[in-house]
Amino acid sequence: MSRTDWEVVIGLEVHTQLNTQSKIFSSASIAFGAEPNVQACGVDIALPGVLPVLNKGAVERAIRFGLSVGASIAPKSVFARKNYFYPDLPKGYQISQFELPVVVGGALNLLVPDGKGGAYEKRVNLTRAHLEEDAGKSLHEDFHGMTGIDLNRAGTPLLEIVSEPDMRSSAEAVAYAKQLHSLVRWIDICDGNMQEGSFRCDANVSVRPRGQEQFGTRREIKNLNSFRFLQQAIDYEIQWQIDLIEDGGKVQQATVLFDPDSGETRAMRSKEDAHDYRYFPDPDLLPLVISDEWVERVRGELPELPVALSARFQGEYGLSAYDATTLTASRDMARFYLDTVAATGTANAKTCANWVMGDLAGRLNKAELDITASPVSAVQLAGLVARIADNTISNAIAKKVFEALWNGEGESADAIIEAQGLKQVTDSGAIEAIIDEVLAANQKSVEEFRAGKEKAFNALVGQCMKASKGKANPAQVNEILKKKLG
Amino acid sequence: MIDSSLKDIAAALRAKTVSAVELATESLARIEAGNPRINAFVTVDRDGALAAARAADTRIAAGDAGPLTGIPLAHKDVFCTEGVLTTCGSKMLANFVSPYDAHVVSLLKNAGAVMVGKTNMDEFAMGSSNESSHFGPTRNPWNTTKVPGGSSGGSAAAVAARMVPIATGSDTGGSVRQPASLCGITGIKPTYGTVSRFGMIAYASSLDQGGAFARTAEDCAQLLSAMTGHDPRDSTSLERSYDHYGADLARPLAGLRIGLPKEFFAEGMSDDVRLAVEAALAEYRKLGATTVEVSLPNARLAIPAYYVIAPAEASSNLSRFDGVRYGHRAAEYTDLNDMYCKSRSQGFGAEVQRRILVGTYVLSHGYYDAYYIKAQKLRRLIAQDFAAALEQCDVIAGPTNPTVAYGIGEKSSDPVQMYLGDIYTVAVNLAGLPGLSHPAGFGKDGLPVGLQLIGNYFTEARLLNTAHQFQQATDWHSRAPVF
Repeated sequence: MSRTDWEVVIGLEVHTQLNTQSKIFSSASIAFGAEPNVQACGVDIALPGVLPVLNKGAVERAIRFGLSVGASIAPKSVFARKNYFYPDLPKGYQISQFELPVVVGGALNLLVPDGKGGAYEKRVNLTRAHLEEDAGKSLHEDFHGMTGIDLNRAGTPLLEIVSEPDMRSSAEAVAYAKQLHSLVRWIDICDGNMQEGSFRCDANVSVRPRGQEQFGTRREIKNLNSFRFLQQAIDYEIQWQIDLIEDGGKVQQATVLFDPDSGETRAMRSKEDAHDYRYFPDPDLLPLVISDEWVERVRGELPELPVALSARFQGEYGLSAYDATTLTASRDMARFYLDTVAATGTANAKTCANWVMGDLAGRLNKAELDITASPVSAVQLAGLVARIADNTISNAIAKKVFEALWNGEGESADAIIEAQGLKQVTDSGAIEAIIDEVLAANQKSVEEFRAGKEKAFNALVGQCMKASKGKANPAQVNEILKKKLG
Repeated sequence: MIDSSLKDIAAALRAKTVSAVELATESLARIEAGNPRINAFVTVDRDGALAAARAADTRIAAGDAGPLTGIPLAHKDVFCTEGVLTTCGSKMLANFVSPYDAHVVSLLKNAGAVMVGKTNMDEFAMGSSNESSHFGPTRNPWNTTKVPGGSSGGSAAAVAARMVPIATGSDTGGSVRQPASLCGITGIKPTYGTVSRFGMIAYASSLDQGGAFARTAEDCAQLLSAMTGHDPRDSTSLERSYDHYGADLARPLAGLRIGLPKEFFAEGMSDDVRLAVEAALAEYRKLGATTVEVSLPNARLAIPAYYVIAPAEASSNLSRFDGVRYGHRAAEYTDLNDMYCKSRSQGFGAEVQRRILVGTYVLSHGYYDAYYIKAQKLRRLIAQDFAAALEQCDVIAGPTNPTVAYGIGEKSSDPVQMYLGDIYTVAVNLAGLPGLSHPAGFGKDGLPVGLQLIGNYFTEARLLNTAHQFQQATDWHSRAPVF
């Protein structure tokens, strides 16, 4: 049987929880982790007679998002009721936006890892983003034969961000989700906490023979709350669909859940069971009218966006696209990097980039620390970079100094270099003396080198560095040694 | 004393010739005597009323009294009252005690008005006769075999029976004006958005509006002025200045142009109503008003549009009554779905279930455009008709109801026949305009006839002025039923 070349089509719907103080239609707090039902007021539990009042902070965050992805902000959007019965949906309907969402269009430009160490550019278009309220939680485990209802989450503001079906692999989907995750934190509309459900992905996945224009039938994987699960779920789903079709089956439209334990997706409900949500405009809320003035005010308050900053890093600092993208992956990292460069000068921008992305990021990762909690401050790192730049220390010694800074052994790189006597030896006389000693003690290597064995040279350099306790300037060692052997 | 005008009662309170406690006691005694026959009240709050009356007397003694301080009043049971049963006329909420006050309730509480109880109503305000109440029908004080109208029938009957001088109501398709008409009192529904809906249990949100009952337009003006104002808790509440609606009462009617929609004076009106309305219009001409024929060509579409939009909104508004958090829950059920079905089937009466089903149907996929969207288009046309008509006149007048009060049970088996009784009132709600009904005379069987006045947005003061001037020249409003 000839194997078909399958093309994967993925679109994502991401629910971001907006970091407002209070709920989208009531004044109850949305702080995570409170005792059940203490953060649910009359509006949230849908007492008879209560009415929703829109939280302007939620709207403002939606505008911020729209502007940061180049979308248009609808001058008039409409809240609609999505009707269905469920115990954790107190009103029997969810207030959402249906026909007229607040944010229309926009796009994200991604750098997708190609799996071979490189990356390629990819543009994912957005369909829309709309405001809605979250439901409460049903607690099935703690109550024997009963279900507990916690309405603390009911009414929490969400911005549902819907992409076009533009992604062609799980890697692209993950890159998109990561970039979106970074962006919503960058513009400070969402805390991005995936464990607490602040950022949840639904993936619409289908496959089609490459070259076919028409989309295949999609299945929607619900509620993926980590990038790893997103990748695993999509990969499993793709293979499941291809296997099904190649075995002569047909994909049926369905909503599926991903089981992280088995790594499999399984159908939750088919299209036939799909609810008729009976959407209609919510008569308790006026259409949401957003003036140009409001939009412009929000635009004026937006921070420099990652795309613009990345371009600046490449243009002004001469960083590669990859480095610039990495450094703008989060606003905190970018801020740290900018602070480091500011403290040591633009001339050292490239070295700063290497340190922030390399040793610092690695060490933070190992210690499971956020960059905002880094024991080495931007100013301290800048001091270290400055001593590398002016040849006070070598890269090898710099790693030692960095470790010492991390462990709090000194206030600054200078203090540690001074206290631990790590200053690089650049006096040619002193280096010569060391080299002479090494040559005298390693006659065998000298002979080998003279016999044409290049490797012996490196061994001699190593011996010299060792003899200087790493402090000799490696370039000078090379130069003088070459002269002496030449 | 409670048969006097609010102005006179307030003056007597200030002069200490009567106390608020005496007024409340008098009101409670009238209720005790009359309610077994009328069934106007679902709940009588004797202790609460006397406590509020004592507090009112303290305020009056301290010179801190407003025009409503110490005045007994009744709230339609659609308004949430903290600590007092709020049933909405339904078994679903037969045990519901609200933890908060509706905006209207707290405004009137703060004004010092003394709530004596909660009045009977059609279940969830769905009905035109008060027969759909879980607590039994309210009877018309003019003839206890007749309906009082609905859905605010309890409030209208309580005022007509002189149990209270004033009462609140809500009007979604005529539920203040129609019972006012059938009970021979005055009732006003203001412009949509002037009375906060916060705490008023929703039937059809885009049409629901609180309203006021009293015997006279003057007293309605006093009550309505205390009920209106911007409320940030209701997004449809209008932010504007609210003048006292009684400011214009004394204005003579000379030069007033009254528009008579030819569609309202076509067939369908009973002779009783026609005669009384025409006599009232003659009285208006005597007072210096002129009448002009106007047209509301789409008025005939108001009933079908209303009976799509209102049930659609109701089907969603009533979804919260699911037996999960409060209200009626079936005693036995097998699973979640069964719990929903049984609780709602047991908790809601036939008319409510009928409207939920209709509303669910018209919002369903494939029917939405044909029904809901179409009805919204009709709604705009109806509003445009009024706008055009109100360019030719200052107020529109016509019958409130096509007939006088009908017999209990007479129409309850034929919902469409009952819906047609709303023919003159629903269009006003669809357009969001203010409307008033005042007594215009009596039919041959001694049952009251009401005349409806409709004005442009925010012309409540003009409507009340018009009715007040009529009431200065007539005495229909001061006739009391014997029951």
